[in-house]
Amino acid sequence: MLQTFIQQIINGLALGSIYALIALGYTMVYGVLRLINFAHGDVYMIGAFVGYYAAQKFGIASASGQISFGGALILMMTAMMASASLGVVIERFAYRPVRKYPRLTSLITAIGVSLLLENGGQVLFGADPKFFPILNSAVTYTFGSVTVRLTDIIIVVVSVSLMVLLQTIVLKTKLGKAMRAVSYNLDAAKLMGINTDFIIAFTFALGSALAAAAGILVSLSFPKIDPLIGVLTGLKAFVAAVLGGIGNITGAVLGGFLIGIAETMAAGYLPQSLNSYKDAVAFAILILVLLFKPAGLMGSVAPEKV
Amino acid sequence: MALLKLENLTVSYGAIEALKGISIEVEAGEVVTLVGANGAGKSTTLRTITGLLKPKTGKVLYEGKDISGIPTHHTVDLGICMSPEGRGIFANLTVLENLELGAFRQKDKQKIKADLEKVFHFFPRVKERIKQVAGTLSGGEQQMVAMGRALMARPRLLLLDEPSLGLAPLVVKTIFEAIDAINKDGATILLVEQNANAALNHSNRAYVLETGSIVLSGPSKELAQDPRIREAYLGE
Ligand SMILES: Nc1ncnc2c1ncn2[C@@H]1O[C@H](COP(=O)(O)OP(=O)(O)O)[C@@H](O)[C@H]1O
Ligand SMILES: [Mg+2]
Repeated sequence: MLQTFIQQIINGLALGSIYALIALGYTMVYGVLRLINFAHGDVYMIGAFVGYYAAQKFGIASASGQISFGGALILMMTAMMASASLGVVIERFAYRPVRKYPRLTSLITAIGVSLLLENGGQVLFGADPKFFPILNSAVTYTFGSVTVRLTDIIIVVVSVSLMVLLQTIVLKTKLGKAMRAVSYNLDAAKLMGINTDFIIAFTFALGSALAAAAGILVSLSFPKIDPLIGVLTGLKAFVAAVLGGIGNITGAVLGGFLIGIAETMAAGYLPQSLNSYKDAVAFAILILVLLFKPAGLMGSVAPEKV
Repeated sequence: MALLKLENLTVSYGAIEALKGISIEVEAGEVVTLVGANGAGKSTTLRTITGLLKPKTGKVLYEGKDISGIPTHHTVDLGICMSPEGRGIFANLTVLENLELGAFRQKDKQKIKADLEKVFHFFPRVKERIKQVAGTLSGGEQQMVAMGRALMARPRLLLLDEPSLGLAPLVVKTIFEAIDAINKDGATILLVEQNANAALNHSNRAYVLETGSIVLSGPSKELAQDPRIREAYLGE
């Protein structure tokens, strides 16, 4: 019993870091634009595909589809850069032109961008699944009946490092200070001489790079990828951001881990016949949050923009 | 040549025309005040000068150059700085972080330090509160932070939108004394106020704005004696 619990905590931490990485993008973009970027899950998917094609192009996967640590790192960097650029392009050409219109316009635009990426992905990559290279050093450690996969450790370590890096950028750098100013009060930030368009683009780049990192980390663990992998994962990460308090960076991380653990717990404890309901856990949590704590765990009643 | 010249400026919010072709001049070194009732268009005027709003027609001339519609971070580079209505403090950041943001485009650390000292000189209270989160300050202290933050950008033209709004009389006095001192130190000031009495006492010239149009203008001393002003704005 205890071992199942420990096992699911470990699985939950790995899954939770993924949700947290993606949730950060939702929450940061919401912070600066008050926009739910529905295309964010698809940016995660694009990250995975960039990694897949980069592995072929660079020839870093062996004939049997295995890669080394270093190879995986290169794929991750490439995917992060590509997705960051994609995020900037999406902001520049889809969201910026409609920023002056009522918020509903941006929301519909976001849904449009999401559909474009999903369907564009099916045209470009094909709708059939592709198989991401796996780590040649993929091993599993066993402690009693608890097993820990090396990929899970990598997921947690890399994700947490990226979160610390992000936190450092946001709290310690001038750009980060500008991001916080923009999300607090856009006009006041402009009056400080902050080029707010640049900060907004930078925020998209950061969030999209984190989503791409998540895409690579997941693919190393679950190598089957297709153009729709971003849909459910993106939605759950969005729920994580709402649970933590959308707009709040620490909240997104907390929400990510909570959703991840809740989901693996459901997978571990629900009877076999109900196991497929694990995907519904996040949405049950969403309903509870909206009913009882709509501002989320760490969210405050944010000041409306003036 | 005037430092700032608004030529026939019209500004709209959708179908609402907030400014109906106003013309204003501010000479270097002056304190000019713009008085008018709530909704007259005072904030709209300042927001257009800073580039937060774009004029529909007309021009904003700064040192003779047309700057209408350029982005706000460029008007800041030109030395146009504003303490906005409602203060626009970053309440979640400390006082020091607020002031540092005011110097966002200043790269020279020595200058930032010197400017901080200058802010402390004008507002000793700000120095006492420097480590505090700005949201915990009183209204008057927040106003001082907002003005100090604008000073950190080394304004040549300082725009103040209702700096005395909602403050106790003693604090209002402090704020207006600071306005005098900042002007003496070299900044040209365009001051928006509903407190016409104090504004006329602390300015060289004044414009009276009514529903988007300038209805009166002249030296502040003369306007303070004008019966129309005394009746409409000085409560007589
Ligand atoms: N964001 C806005 N949207 C629509 N109308 C606005 C907006 N801001 C101001 N107005 C209108 O423009 C007019 C001038 O407003 P404002 O410049 O704020 O006046 P003042 O600062 O003199 O009180 C008012 O009628 C006000 O209702
Ligand atoms: Mg106003």
